[in-house]
Amino acid sequence: MPALTSPGATGDLSDVTASDATLRRFLHGLPGVDQVGAEARAASLGTRSIKTTAKAQAIDLAIRMVDLTTLEGQDTPGKVRALASKAMRPDPTDATCPATAAVCVYPDLVGVAKQQLGDSGVNVAAVAAAVPRGRAPLDIKLADTRDAVAAGADEIDMVIDRGAFLTGRYLQVFEEIVAVRGACERPGGGEPAHLKVIFETGELQTYDNVRRASWLAMLAGAHFIKTSTGKVQPAATLPVTLVMLEAVRDYREATGQMVGVKPAGGIRTTKDAVKYLVMVNEVVGADWLDPDWFRFGASTLLNDLLMQRSKLATGRYSGPDYVTID
Amino acid sequence: MEFEYAPAPESRSVVDLKPSYGLFIGGEFVDGHGGAFKTISPATEEVLAEVAEADEADVDAAVKAARRAYDRVWSKLSGAERAKYLYRIARIIQERSRELAVAESLDNGKPIKESRDVDVPTVAAHFFYYAGWADKLEYAGLGTDPRPLGVAGQVIPWNFPLLMLAWKVAPALACGNTVVLKPAETTPLTALLFAEICQQADLPAGVVNIVTGAGATGQALVSHPGVDKVAFTGSTEVGKAIARAVAGTDKKVTLELGGKAANIVFDDAPIDQAVEGIVTGIFFNQGHVCCAGSRLLVQESIAEEVLARLKRRMSTLRVGDPLDKNTDIGAINSAEQLARIRELSAVGEAEGADRWSPPCELPDRGFWFPPTLFTDVTQAHRIAREEIFGPVLSVLTFRTPAEAVEKANNTPFGLSAGVWTEKGSRILHVASALRAGVVWANTFNKFDPTSPFGGYQESGYGREGGRHGLAAYLKGGEL
Amino acid sequence: MAAPRIDVRKTYKLYIGGAFPRSESGYSYTALDAKGRFVANAALASRKDARDAVVAARKAFGGWSGRTAYNRAQILYRVAEVLEDRRPQFALAVQQSEGLTPARANAVVDAAVDRLVWYAGWADKLTQVVGNANPVAGPFFNLSTPEPTGVVAVLAPQGSSLLGLVSVLAPVIVTGNTVVLVSSYARPLPAVNLAEVLATSDVPGGVVNILTGDAATVAPWLAAHLDVNAIDLAGVAGDTELATSLEVAAADNLKRVRRAPATEPDWAAAPDLTAMTDFVEIKTVWHPMGV
Repeated sequence: MPALTSPGATGDLSDVTASDATLRRFLHGLPGVDQVGAEARAASLGTRSIKTTAKAQAIDLAIRMVDLTTLEGQDTPGKVRALASKAMRPDPTDATCPATAAVCVYPDLVGVAKQQLGDSGVNVAAVAAAVPRGRAPLDIKLADTRDAVAAGADEIDMVIDRGAFLTGRYLQVFEEIVAVRGACERPGGGEPAHLKVIFETGELQTYDNVRRASWLAMLAGAHFIKTSTGKVQPAATLPVTLVMLEAVRDYREATGQMVGVKPAGGIRTTKDAVKYLVMVNEVVGADWLDPDWFRFGASTLLNDLLMQRSKLATGRYSGPDYVTID
Repeated sequence: MEFEYAPAPESRSVVDLKPSYGLFIGGEFVDGHGGAFKTISPATEEVLAEVAEADEADVDAAVKAARRAYDRVWSKLSGAERAKYLYRIARIIQERSRELAVAESLDNGKPIKESRDVDVPTVAAHFFYYAGWADKLEYAGLGTDPRPLGVAGQVIPWNFPLLMLAWKVAPALACGNTVVLKPAETTPLTALLFAEICQQADLPAGVVNIVTGAGATGQALVSHPGVDKVAFTGSTEVGKAIARAVAGTDKKVTLELGGKAANIVFDDAPIDQAVEGIVTGIFFNQGHVCCAGSRLLVQESIAEEVLARLKRRMSTLRVGDPLDKNTDIGAINSAEQLARIRELSAVGEAEGADRWSPPCELPDRGFWFPPTLFTDVTQAHRIAREEIFGPVLSVLTFRTPAEAVEKANNTPFGLSAGVWTEKGSRILHVASALRAGVVWANTFNKFDPTSPFGGYQESGYGREGGRHGLAAYLKGGEL
Repeated sequence: MAAPRIDVRKTYKLYIGGAFPRSESGYSYTALDAKGRFVANAALASRKDARDAVVAARKAFGGWSGRTAYNRAQILYRVAEVLEDRRPQFALAVQQSEGLTPARANAVVDAAVDRLVWYAGWADKLTQVVGNANPVAGPFFNLSTPEPTGVVAVLAPQGSSLLGLVSVLAPVIVTGNTVVLVSSYARPLPAVNLAEVLATSDVPGGVVNILTGDAATVAPWLAAHLDVNAIDLAGVAGDTELATSLEVAAADNLKRVRRAPATEPDWAAAPDLTAMTDFVEIKTVWHPMGV
């Protein structure tokens, strides 16, 4: 086991990424993940019963953590404007309902989203670097990223090269993340766009791979690690997110630095969202229970959160006709 | 942001307890000749019901009822027909599962999530499994014409009241025996609900008899001359007394007794799962588990890291109301048991071990003990040798696999053990070297009706569960 | 006096992938009762129905074989429960099909229910009886366990339309195989009714597919099908020529064959384990033991 996972060991991590061989040795030296045990732990956390005041608290927090997403070939400026409005005022009838964290769109629609959101505090996240497949030459990925940043994206969601990862070319994956992170800098200075690194965990297949990818991305400077593009099944799952949360927890132990986590895809109900929040609470603790450190990549989740919010407020079940469909 | 879970109590209204219960003899509830005792909720000390204390005459009546049922009905039924009764019982347990879970948590103090997700489903599964054996006994490898023994006297403990009942009653009935069962004096309620289930299933009168009471009742039962088979789960001390009491008789005996299991963590273990396994191993059911992983043996090279992770994890355990769905650790079952845990923990400190518990608010009423860790423990310490039967873990270290095995085996017990390593070859080597009846690798405290359970040495003899569990209730060949 | 009520009669269809289609061929045939009176038009399964059924069975195999043995036991027991619940319906079908007295027909239904219960109990026990740990001469852990063969074609008995049917079906699915079953040609009603029981007993769609029709027409396609792993020839008992040709066809991909008996056996007799063990593969795992 690498010394740097030991509590209190502060990492001089520069050696780790010195070569393909050292990086490989490090990643393969991480403790294994037993599939059965990890899934049992995730399932057990999923049985927590979150009621009344705790549920109300969880719902509002979950709304604030949503990256309201549209990633369709048929997206238009009109669609994105409507989504941005919804992000700012998810429930037009209730001023106490918080806004979402961000809207997440393709790079060509960043400008539209930015214009609509203005200084509302809702960020614009752009999937860039040839998401969802990520199969483009590096210069095109970097140009894609720079365009999105130039158009005003606050956050960039990229996807790793799974082909390179699965063949063990870890340094290539690492260097690509570093390069995209560089492209997140703003030419005129200022706060760079935050980088979320998607693993497409449905293609990495094993939890051992998820743990290695997590460390790889954190070493390369990711601000967030993210499960999925939403275009591959399975997308986010509780056990995958558990393994990623354990990785950010251990990374902070080793380096003092916090990294965010974003499960994306397949989280559709309040019940699901609450399970994730319970997991965050019990695995990494209260520090991560904040939109700066945990996000949900989702589209339909928001409306279920709104219906459950209304149920708690009124005592009766709501229906889909009583929430807006954008 | 702090995220506080609001109380999420399971409703008690699903259980309809009577103010008092008699004995279940010959298919009916009858008054006993002895006195009565109160069964309380260990979480609140509230009285739940009054229960009859069976005396020798009551035990005699129960054994006679069991004999009559054996002679006249049960031994004459085909296996296929016995099976149908057991399937009925299994189904009724599934149908009344929440009620049974709540009753168990009330009477025992265990968290509802355990009684709901572990105990009661496993009880139903056990009846299903042995129902299926009733008409297949000739395939069990125990001889071509396996025959029942007759009347079984069964005495069970308070840590898994209904589950231990299932482990005893299901194989006995499947094999064609009738039973007299004595539940523990602090946890009689689910056995009495089980009596109602036998009535709902139209089980012939006298096939199952339940006599409540304390040690004297149990003693009367196991020493009754009309009993052909004694099955006991409980302390090693009582187990030895039973072995002495049946000496010179033809009674067949199985004993499932105490343990002091080693949970061995190697430096290549899947570390987060190992930490979960350590927690499950010792804090499941408040540590009231004979196979609890009460001795953590961790390889020195990772001891510091494992302990840090373990402490962090222990800090998230939720101790409190057993009926709250978010409770991880419930109440200690009795004042007596609490006193024993306190005493041995004090001994641990006095002997120089380092004691640690996470900050944890305990309720004012009831019997409670926080999850506790002792480090700097050696093989010579009493807390490394004696069964505490509570949420108390003793941590020892080792340097080589041989040392781990040597320390693990250095005990008069031999019920269970755990091994944590990603190296399959090492798992199998260590497992074969361990003198224990159950070895869990990269998991802990797993139970299944198909899997035999029981100990080496002073952890008892005989196996319960699986095909091997049939041998305890049949003649015509033993394995 | 009120006019007599006209009954609503049921359409008898195939059962494929959890659905009840008519034959894609559009053909049907008349099923008669034991006295030769018209009972129903049964769907006449075609080569293409058999092909669709194999696809459905293959699709269901991963899920069904991956269930826990306990879960398969529960489901088979549920089938028995639902069958018992529909006892009058099945007794009537058996009475009509086999020409039995009501009392004998009831006894047949009882035996069929009991047979299902017997096999349900085997789900989590067969491995314990036919699998074992092997004491090989070396530092190795060595364990042999049975696993389901795959997709099994079953030609159900022509005579015993319910008890025989259950006796060839239950042992194949209890271990995790999926089935394409061809019913008795002349007595298809109990099979169609059983399909309705299976469809309402938590048996996943595709685990059992039931074709009514002529084994002589459909079976050669199943016997030769390269995505079928085994075949039970019980339904062509006594037809040595057909049985032999099916066995020859089955040899193309070395299907496991449960041969046709010379005459239809007495299905009331207690079965042995071979109805299960003929359709499992024994897998042995070696693993070194060392520090």
